[in-house]
Amino acid sequence: MFEQTTTKRETMTTNSTLFQRTKVRVTDTVQATVPVDRVIQSVALTLKAKRLAGMMKALRFEERPIPDPADVPLEEIDVSNPFMNRQGQWYPYFARLREEAPVHYQPKSPFGPFWSVTRYADIQAVDSNAEVFSAEPYIVLGPPPFNAEMFIAMDPPKHDVQRRAVQGVVAPKNLKEMESLIRERVQDVLDNLPTDRPFDWVERVSKEITGRMLATLLDFPFEERHKLTYWSDTISGSADATGGTTHQDELFPAAVDLARNFTALWHDKAARRAAGEPDGFDLITLMQTSEDTKDLIKKPFEFLGNLTLLIVGGNDTTRNSMTGGVLALNRFPDEFEKLKADPKLIPNMVSEIIRWQTPLAYMRRVAKRDVHFGGQFIRKGDVVLMWYVSGNRDERKFENADDFIIDRKNARNHMSFGFGVHRCMGNRLAEMQLRILWEELLERFDRIEVIGEPSYVQSNFVKGYSDMQVQLTPKPVREQTPVRVEATSGA
Amino acid sequence: MGTITFVEHDGTPHQVELEDGSSLMELATNHGVPGIDGDCGGEASCGTCHVIVDDAWITTTGTRTDLESQMVEMSPECGPNSRLACQLRASPALDGLTVHLPEFQM
Repeated sequence: MFEQTTTKRETMTTNSTLFQRTKVRVTDTVQATVPVDRVIQSVALTLKAKRLAGMMKALRFEERPIPDPADVPLEEIDVSNPFMNRQGQWYPYFARLREEAPVHYQPKSPFGPFWSVTRYADIQAVDSNAEVFSAEPYIVLGPPPFNAEMFIAMDPPKHDVQRRAVQGVVAPKNLKEMESLIRERVQDVLDNLPTDRPFDWVERVSKEITGRMLATLLDFPFEERHKLTYWSDTISGSADATGGTTHQDELFPAAVDLARNFTALWHDKAARRAAGEPDGFDLITLMQTSEDTKDLIKKPFEFLGNLTLLIVGGNDTTRNSMTGGVLALNRFPDEFEKLKADPKLIPNMVSEIIRWQTPLAYMRRVAKRDVHFGGQFIRKGDVVLMWYVSGNRDERKFENADDFIIDRKNARNHMSFGFGVHRCMGNRLAEMQLRILWEELLERFDRIEVIGEPSYVQSNFVKGYSDMQVQLTPKPVREQTPVRVEATSGA
Repeated sequence: MGTITFVEHDGTPHQVELEDGSSLMELATNHGVPGIDGDCGGEASCGTCHVIVDDAWITTTGTRTDLESQMVEMSPECGPNSRLACQLRASPALDGLTVHLPEFQM
């Protein structure tokens, strides 16, 4: 511990960790008595005061051209640069790290020091070892500004209890009930797309379908569903946490708004159920009817944490896979022909899309003790990033890993859902949404052509698109036999 | 070396030849038994090769390890005989084994 020189940055990090811990203690005490939106507001004020007093600085990023990886000394490589994806540099940088430094240390990024694990097998080993590599206190690189309690950032056994309480909403049994509803909503979106001019696929398709899905899952007022997307983008775009564009001052009003809306939704739902409304299969009903969670509203930070997790987890991920799939088929046009010739490939293609896109680039862990790993010595307390985006392109695991191959044999082995206890809870929902989308697209369109280049999101966490222009060509004659891959009842 | 039977949730049986040294997950995926995914490739870290060992066989196979429990206990269909097929090695002792598949893999 002591051989390290203490720099100013490290002092700041220690202070902010201490502050984080104090904040947790205070919020735990306060949240039982004070409305949660007021608590968030007070956290916002405290942070602002600290900034004004010069005790901390909110991060802001300015884009500069990133040099090619070969021109950068190994020890200076910083893959946390939020413009890596936009400039097409992530993959070449990770290719170099996988070859030359598969467990790599970056000592002085804007987010503090961190290790990068970039090979498939190493990532799987870290992800499966919750005893050594903790998901606490958060899973993005930088600190989230307020401490919502999410089970994605909890270790067992607390994690298991909390996850079990809510996972039913996206469990396959529940999804089967929802499949026809989801399909109708996808059909409605696709039937209203323009075919006489290019349009933004991100806005009209990817955001729209995921927004509708989230509103359905949460039984959130359908006409206000855009709020869900807005909150999710604002929170996951935190500059301090992921290098995004959301400044602290914008983030807190969004969090307060989210807290108010969901508290109201909970009470509204309780009142409707008390008045005799039959139980739905949405998350709030599920929480209110489960012994473990029926009083969750009394622990507002846990309540909000779980909701935020579902909103963010179900938003960027599926959305960017919906855009990424179209882009992939445009980059590899032979695969689109292959798909049209054999629509039974859709389920495997869905896995390949999720591999090729990898909508969340990494998850963060903290070493709970000193550990030798991949030829390196990782100290207790060190931050370790598992770069799924790199593992999914590891040639040791995937042949011609950069190519998009819809009938790839081991596409299902992709690591975008993570491995171990934190494996994505919504994986089956994501697969189902993408499968339905492609079944319905194939029924309607002959060509789905990307016009120009898409715009990319600024982030080191969300690997996504902000805009992608697409021109659709409808099929000349609607086929009589619909493309359905799985024989599902009633769908 | 004998056979093992995977019974789908709807009752459809699939008989597969035992191959010494393979895991039951590999046997199932190599023979196209529906309902076994094996997404993590056999590391007990995805929980998608959940099987329920027939009561008559549980003393032969043994109950699940802590490693398996971590993943499989998150499934609502987990029971006392639940195992991950990737952690069960084929051997002559398992000739005639029957395992049941859950309705859904997580």
